[in-house]
Amino acid sequence: MSKARKVVPALIAFSCLTIVFARRTPPRPEETPIVEITAKRFAFSPDKIVLKKDQTVKLRLHSEDVTHGFFLRPLGLDEEIPAGQSVDVTVTPKTAGTFTTICDHFCGANHGNMNMTIVVE
Amino acid sequence: MKPPDRRSFLKIAGSSLGIGVLYTAFPASLKAGESSSFFSALGRANGEKPEPFSFVQLSDAHVGFNGPPAPLGTKAFERAVEMINGLPRRPDLILFTGDLVHDTENRDLQIQRIKQFQEISKKINVPVIKYVPGEHDAGLDGGLLYREFFGQSYYSFDHRGVHFVALDNVSRPKPEVGTEQLAWLRKDLSRFPKTAPIVVFTHRPLFDLRPDWEWFTSDGDQVMNVLTEYDNVTVLYGHIHRDDEHQIGPVRHYAGRSLIFAFPDPTGVAGPRKSVPFDEEHPFKNLGIRTVSFNGQAQPNSTPLSIEDVELTAREFRGINGAQQLLRNTEL
Repeated sequence: MSKARKVVPALIAFSCLTIVFARRTPPRPEETPIVEITAKRFAFSPDKIVLKKDQTVKLRLHSEDVTHGFFLRPLGLDEEIPAGQSVDVTVTPKTAGTFTTICDHFCGANHGNMNMTIVVE
Repeated sequence: MKPPDRRSFLKIAGSSLGIGVLYTAFPASLKAGESSSFFSALGRANGEKPEPFSFVQLSDAHVGFNGPPAPLGTKAFERAVEMINGLPRRPDLILFTGDLVHDTENRDLQIQRIKQFQEISKKINVPVIKYVPGEHDAGLDGGLLYREFFGQSYYSFDHRGVHFVALDNVSRPKPEVGTEQLAWLRKDLSRFPKTAPIVVFTHRPLFDLRPDWEWFTSDGDQVMNVLTEYDNVTVLYGHIHRDDEHQIGPVRHYAGRSLIFAFPDPTGVAGPRKSVPFDEEHPFKNLGIRTVSFNGQAQPNSTPLSIEDVELTAREFRGINGAQQLLRNTEL
């Protein structure tokens, strides 16, 4: 058997497999929305966001100064935002309501008033 | 000796003075002849025989804090010192449950505030003052400066048959006690029988009082797992700038008032925490300076003071306002 007679069927078989696997690959999910939140003594910005119940979002948390916390037990959020860095956290709210998120990493004199509102509709 | 029955228990006398809370721990009256054997047995069990004494809890002076909602600076703290010194019966102890000063990143200024705190507190005519830090004392530097001036941030001691435990839930960045201190607590308490009267004092609540106001300790459930192994535990704390009582399992939790400004009752309050507005007509309102009677004999220029006793039965108060359970019924 010539070399060409061996290669051509192999290519055809590979192409078919590729098509089969391509068809079996799940459709690419829609991009997860990203919500950016900045932490800076002694406030979050924005100070209120609105999320959809059962809709997954990615919170991109960024600290502009010292290390902050991002704590909201009903949504299972308990993150550290290292000084000057960003962290991503994915959340899918399961309960509608209005929630207060706090910085729970002591960051200074007015730390106790550092919070923001997350509304889940 | 025959073990004391349910009538034999320790009882608590107390009054909410507004400056904090005065607690008195003393034995309930027993039948003639029972007392000595009862206390001998309790002394053998606990290592020291309980004897009558009283102590005062103070909290959250925030020395150095000025401005809304507290324009009075240290006046409430100084008033508290006057009132303690005016008590008809001198307490044995003061327990200060944190936030002695308000924090600043200026180390020299922080030291100045600590010294101002010490200048005021040394006027208290009570032989022993014990402290735990609040987050405003220890949160920025992990408690380094606090320990330099006040010593260890967690420790224990015994006083007249009661075991006192100081817990630090503020020196770590998050509101927690941490595994090292938990192990220490477990070991510290393991020396005592389950019936030992134990008073824990700390800054933040050890339970989820209001997590979205940071009124919690994240590993508080692990602390409570240790404490609930004991029958007679009372937890005193500060942080929330108001009085509060919670029974969780066998443990009773009490918050002491602040000496700077007050927060509202969180029940039914939605959203972020906001302090109670300052009332110019009543500058010490919600800090608790109250008119009380002084053994029925009011003195010129001093607030009359009344102390009422509460006798405990098993999980039952014969109550007065402001005086609550310290030591529950115990079976030895």
